[in-house]
Amino acid sequence: MGIFDRSSKYPDYWQAYVKSFKRPLEKDFNKLTFVVLDTETTGFDKTNDRILSIGALKIQGNRINVDDILDVYISQETFNKESVPIHGILRNGQQDCISEKAAMKKFLGYVENHFIVAHHAGFDIGMINSALKRLGLPKLKNTHLDTGVLYKKTLLKSYLVQPKEHYSLDDLAEKFLISKKDRHTALGDAYITALAFLKILVKIKEKKELSLRNLK
Amino acid sequence: MKNLISERVADFLKNYPPFNIMDANLLGELSQQVSIIYKEKGSLVFSFEEEAHPHFYVVHKGAIELTNPNVKSITDYCDEGDIFGLRPLIAKENYKLEARAYEESILYAIPIAVFRPISESNQRVSNFLTESFASNLRNPYQTRKLERSGISTSLNAQGNLVIDDFQPIRYSKKLITCGPNTTIQKAAERMTKNRIGSILVCENNLPVGIVTDKDLRNKVVTGTFPITASVRNIMSAPLITYPEKMTIAQAQMAMMKNDISHLILTKDGTSNSKSVGIISKNDIMVSLGDNPAVIVKAIKRAKKINQVKELRKSIMMLLRGYLDQNLPMALTSKIISELNDTCIKQVIRLSLEKMKTPPPVPFAWLALGSQGRGEQLLHTDQDNALVFEDVPEEALPKTTTYFLELSKKVTKGLNKIGYEYCPADMMASNPKWCLSLKEWKNKISYWIINPGPNEVLMSSIFFDYSLAYGQRKLLNEMSDYIFSNVKKYPIFLVHIANGALQSPSPSGFFRSFLVEQDGQHKDFFDLKNRALRPLIDAARVLILSHSVKGISNTWERYEKLAELEPNNQDLYLACSYATKALLKFRTKQGLLHHDSGRYIELESLTKEEKMKLKRTFKAIKEIQDVISIRFKVSNILG
Repeated sequence: MGIFDRSSKYPDYWQAYVKSFKRPLEKDFNKLTFVVLDTETTGFDKTNDRILSIGALKIQGNRINVDDILDVYISQETFNKESVPIHGILRNGQQDCISEKAAMKKFLGYVENHFIVAHHAGFDIGMINSALKRLGLPKLKNTHLDTGVLYKKTLLKSYLVQPKEHYSLDDLAEKFLISKKDRHTALGDAYITALAFLKILVKIKEKKELSLRNLK
Repeated sequence: MKNLISERVADFLKNYPPFNIMDANLLGELSQQVSIIYKEKGSLVFSFEEEAHPHFYVVHKGAIELTNPNVKSITDYCDEGDIFGLRPLIAKENYKLEARAYEESILYAIPIAVFRPISESNQRVSNFLTESFASNLRNPYQTRKLERSGISTSLNAQGNLVIDDFQPIRYSKKLITCGPNTTIQKAAERMTKNRIGSILVCENNLPVGIVTDKDLRNKVVTGTFPITASVRNIMSAPLITYPEKMTIAQAQMAMMKNDISHLILTKDGTSNSKSVGIISKNDIMVSLGDNPAVIVKAIKRAKKINQVKELRKSIMMLLRGYLDQNLPMALTSKIISELNDTCIKQVIRLSLEKMKTPPPVPFAWLALGSQGRGEQLLHTDQDNALVFEDVPEEALPKTTTYFLELSKKVTKGLNKIGYEYCPADMMASNPKWCLSLKEWKNKISYWIINPGPNEVLMSSIFFDYSLAYGQRKLLNEMSDYIFSNVKKYPIFLVHIANGALQSPSPSGFFRSFLVEQDGQHKDFFDLKNRALRPLIDAARVLILSHSVKGISNTWERYEKLAELEPNNQDLYLACSYATKALLKFRTKQGLLHHDSGRYIELESLTKEEKMKLKRTFKAIKEIQDVISIRFKVSNILG
């Protein structure tokens, strides 16, 4: 290809990912696919910390297919002891770990051009973008929604009842009576986030028609 | 690929038949093929005569209501672990029932293509299926489950729940009879032996009369006839007979019309054919199952929140029946509110049991908003607050913590039985709504002295409180405090009066309905905001201005106002009537659409209903005029 095609310097899996964005999006909100994800990381620093695992599932029309999920564990070169008690993921533990590159390849193949939903999505996306950067790749192109922000939209606004600044995934699980089993595993948290997301949509729908514009 | 979510699915399924008898590995594989489906309340899973989906369903969370749209009766409720929608897949036919989410639900859809080979290769699984289809129950263990709720819900011959008034009645087919020449003593002995209250008298195989306990009391014990006389002397004859296919409603009517307590059913409905059965008043009670007294007893006996939740279904059924029968709204809402109250009390009682220690000081649980007004028929949000007796300052933090913990348990329990959390967090579990008497007094004074729009909104929800549980004394002290403050700061009334006039008006210039302009409810009529709220708000401000304590129900407030101001009697009574009519509208619409009934689709109303609705608007307009003149709202705020 010519020198004007900048993407040609990127590996095939990235090009396939970029190509998926050429597909037109579903117009019917109920037919849209959302990829709900969660990452477990060694810490909260976007440059020094690493992703330990990514869990993701797809929602289409209020439905999650159990056999169509992503659950990858990444082998670590550096190891942060402090985060193990939270996530319970030991370095190269029982899980089959793959390299960061293989994980990103899998992730890009899974997420394609779908909307990304995550709790405090900015953090997860930032971690993934850092991983991509280390592989010499650009940032994710997907539009994302944050369940933390969406949840606040469902609350009534009144200055006498101040909403909290941040709602944790635990807060949401409690409010929506979602079982907190498998909390602090990437896929478990993704599942909790997915249920919370569906419940939030119902709440928002009570107020206005569902459309991407109303969610953003 | 086995994953955490499929494991979670398998973990759930393994507790319920037939999955509990499946091999763990097989179940693991099956679970990987499952789809998890979220259904919002009221949404359809499948409809009548719809082509069968390629999978059947297991309820993971929530409840699904199965109905037969032809007879409009609820056939079944499925809750956690129940299977539905399987039979049509096996029989290869379309769905014969409609399935709808009775509450917000999560379903597991299991592909039949994966399940079929398992069920065919596993004898026990296929036995389970055969058994459950043969008995026509979802689950052969179901009979036991029904008793759990504590209500004698009866199953008819087809194994379906009998809950509707228009279902055929179950009657005793085993008839105890005697001849007309039997002695009274013999007949009484036979009745005692069979533990029945009546005996049928037959001659040549045809029923000729009946002897009941009442006959024995009135005609024998009084000495009119000796016990050696024949029953012919005391039996009630001629018999009133009916054909065997009777609905509960018909049977009730027949008993009322003839003032009798037993109906004799014969082959052709006349006394010239063989008798086939007998219906007693008691049979009707049992068939109905849902009789308020029976439900109240069951609620009070409930040991778990889940049992209370089951019983709330019966309450909804009762409500539907009352509305269908067109019983007076005041009565209906009294009964239903009473039942809802009992549920709330029980939830509080159960929560108290879960606390490690008894409450440190007396407290009162207040129901606010529509619940406080006793106007809540359908499930709506929970608005509540807690007040506890004043404690020395140093004990306050500890006491507050105790009551907050209690409130958390209670609000969670209420949520479980169907009350949504309040979106504005106006609940006793919020530290701002769980206060000591003194703290409440401070808060109330603040509202009354600084009435901004928010204070008016808060106080308008708050001032419709009623006691749900605990000490009435605390409540009375609060009421007295409110009235004395309102007297001191009359400007507050003007502000609430102004608030009462803020609701959007129900009809436009040409007396046509004003409908919503945007959102999900576009072109629907907002019954709550445009019609009910103005009436409720007006009643509140008027009753506050008269310092009437202890009436929080809107139509009762209007009735009281009619008494206090004889010159406005007609208007107040019209308002009282309008409130009841609107509430009935809302409830009926809510039951129809499985929602709170707030928004009405005008096209679904009949001409007569529309006229009725419009008539209430006149009262709304007039009462708003009264308020704006009386409190001179425009002068001060204008």
